[in-house]
Amino acid sequence: MAGARRKLLLMGRSGSGKSSMRSIIFSNYSAFDTRRLGATIDVEHSHLRFLGNMTLNLWDCGGQDAYMDHYFSTQRDNIFRMVEALIFVFDVESKELRKDIETFVLCLRNLYEFSPTAKIFALVHKMDLVIVEKRQDVYRALMKSLEDTSAMFSFQVQGFATTIWDESLYKAWSSIVCTLIPNVTVFQKHLQTFADISEADEVILFEKTTFLVISHVTNAPSPSFRSDSTRFEKISNIIKQYKQSCNKLRAQFQSLSLRGSDFTAYLDTMTANTMIMVIMSNKTDSRGSTDLLGNSEINGDSDDSFASEAENNIILANIKIARKMFEKIEMMNPDAR
Amino acid sequence: MTMSVDEVHDGHAFGPNPSPRIVMMGLRRGGKSSICQVMFHNMQPLDTLYIESTTAPTTSVFSSFIDFAVMELPGQINFTEAMIDAERIFSSCGALIYVIDSQDEYINSLANLHSIILHAVNANPNINIEVFIHKVDGLSEDFRLDAQRDITQRVTDELLDDGLVNVSISFHLTSIFDHSIYEAFSRVVQKLIPQLATLENLLNVLCQHSGIEKAFLFDIGSKIFVATDSSPMDVPTYEICTDFIDITVDMNNLYAVDRRPKPVTRNDANTNNGTVSITNRLESIPQGRPIGSTSRLSNGVILYLQQMVKGLALVCLMRKESMPKIALVEYNIEFFRDALEQLWLIG
Repeated sequence: MAGARRKLLLMGRSGSGKSSMRSIIFSNYSAFDTRRLGATIDVEHSHLRFLGNMTLNLWDCGGQDAYMDHYFSTQRDNIFRMVEALIFVFDVESKELRKDIETFVLCLRNLYEFSPTAKIFALVHKMDLVIVEKRQDVYRALMKSLEDTSAMFSFQVQGFATTIWDESLYKAWSSIVCTLIPNVTVFQKHLQTFADISEADEVILFEKTTFLVISHVTNAPSPSFRSDSTRFEKISNIIKQYKQSCNKLRAQFQSLSLRGSDFTAYLDTMTANTMIMVIMSNKTDSRGSTDLLGNSEINGDSDDSFASEAENNIILANIKIARKMFEKIEMMNPDAR
Repeated sequence: MTMSVDEVHDGHAFGPNPSPRIVMMGLRRGGKSSICQVMFHNMQPLDTLYIESTTAPTTSVFSSFIDFAVMELPGQINFTEAMIDAERIFSSCGALIYVIDSQDEYINSLANLHSIILHAVNANPNINIEVFIHKVDGLSEDFRLDAQRDITQRVTDELLDDGLVNVSISFHLTSIFDHSIYEAFSRVVQKLIPQLATLENLLNVLCQHSGIEKAFLFDIGSKIFVATDSSPMDVPTYEICTDFIDITVDMNNLYAVDRRPKPVTRNDANTNNGTVSITNRLESIPQGRPIGSTSRLSNGVILYLQQMVKGLALVCLMRKESMPKIALVEYNIEFFRDALEQLWLIG
């Protein structure tokens, strides 16, 4: 069965951070390691299998002027045809913002001609170099001009403020890749079913190698952790670094189970390409034991550990059962619904 | 967390003995403040570039399982005046850490160190002298060993010349950009804990009876390890345990009921692969049932963490064959936990 092929153009001025981003997300580099990356020569192609039925064809286009001139002249056809998404990286410290926006416009013009259905993403990168109070303003100012220019070509641009030094990079790339997954709504639907049956507060599905979030479901009644809307990318970031730590021992991690102060989290392999994270909060009403006088938790510890052991097994059993279903979804014909 | 020198004789965990104190000295720009910030205030190592020169003696009181105070004396104070004050400090200190910048000419450092040792041993013959040969991240492997050998040689020779033979002195290669500073500090602190032998013994017994290959007792806040069992230790094992603590605490803070200010996660560019640090790690662990986590690795190793009393955590490495008997292991760990609690009550 043919997998969906998605061509992604990664463009931006030389030194804006395109190759660094690519290596962190797709090649397991740490932010620190990206220092040793040199300038990209012409276009670097990467073919990345993502889930079972999709191949990302990432075109990392070197940003030096000489190459850029070629892209818009002799290589126009080659570069801008059949593009699924354009990811344009703006270096927030750029001294030639005018010129960057002009290049962006040139890309849009060419895409309008060769791939009018392409999705447009703008990453306002290196935000760590801007002081915290100014960040919102800088981002908004740039996005305003980009939105205006995109509208001229009837494109809708989606923007993200990013930096390799925190989790914002994961948020941007998760969002971008999610729009490209052919049957992401199917994943969402089945994940919701899984969450409902397991009575979980939150369930998140990650791609195994990059740890980008494919889909997530939140059922939590309590607002305690809903308030941190950046938690998904933080988890991506945390686990990615854990993976790198494990690599030091020449091993990969297979599962993680965390008994927190008032919740339990399980992270386990779902299919060959995905991992699932299930968060259950302690439901004291159903599990606490009360005596006649209403004093709860007489047998406190032992009940707690029995309950959590049982819960542990149930979740793992559920994951095992759901595995077959999710494997089928991955193998689905990308155009099916 | 900074107090004046005199306020430090405060509450402690261990009965009538004064809380262990560590004093950190060294020439200016040696890295003393950076070490304190990275270890105890969770600063990112790259951010230490922006720390200003220390002008006054600063004390960080660190209270978790063990109350200790790390006092940092600025490197550029007038030496002779300072020494008179310093003698008073030395008499109540358990250890003196001297930080040498290995990337710089260290001859001056050594002269300074020698003079300090004379004063220190004079005031307190039992003081442990710990020499941190710091900033070794910039040196090649050979160079590091050379520097260590050279410094060790010179210092011990000079001490011999002065007839000081019973000085307890150790040398450590350190850098804030990897785990070496944590390891070195762990060793310094371990020498100051009176309960060390008991803890090691407890860990040995636990490991033997539970099929645990390696166990560490870590302080969660500073990632210093307080004790370990007698099986041989290698650095990658220690590193993965510290990383495991990091992710457990970070994940817990994402989902625990909000009792503390929300953490900010950032990529820490220190180690080979970076660990995510959060601010106020120690205070950010909410009370409630003790935190625990388990992780299976593909090579059959299981990492197991259980929070213990007083900001300590037990981190074990087991093989996956132990997993079916995990209930027994946890039962044993409960005994270990009780033993720790009793140890603290007896003090």
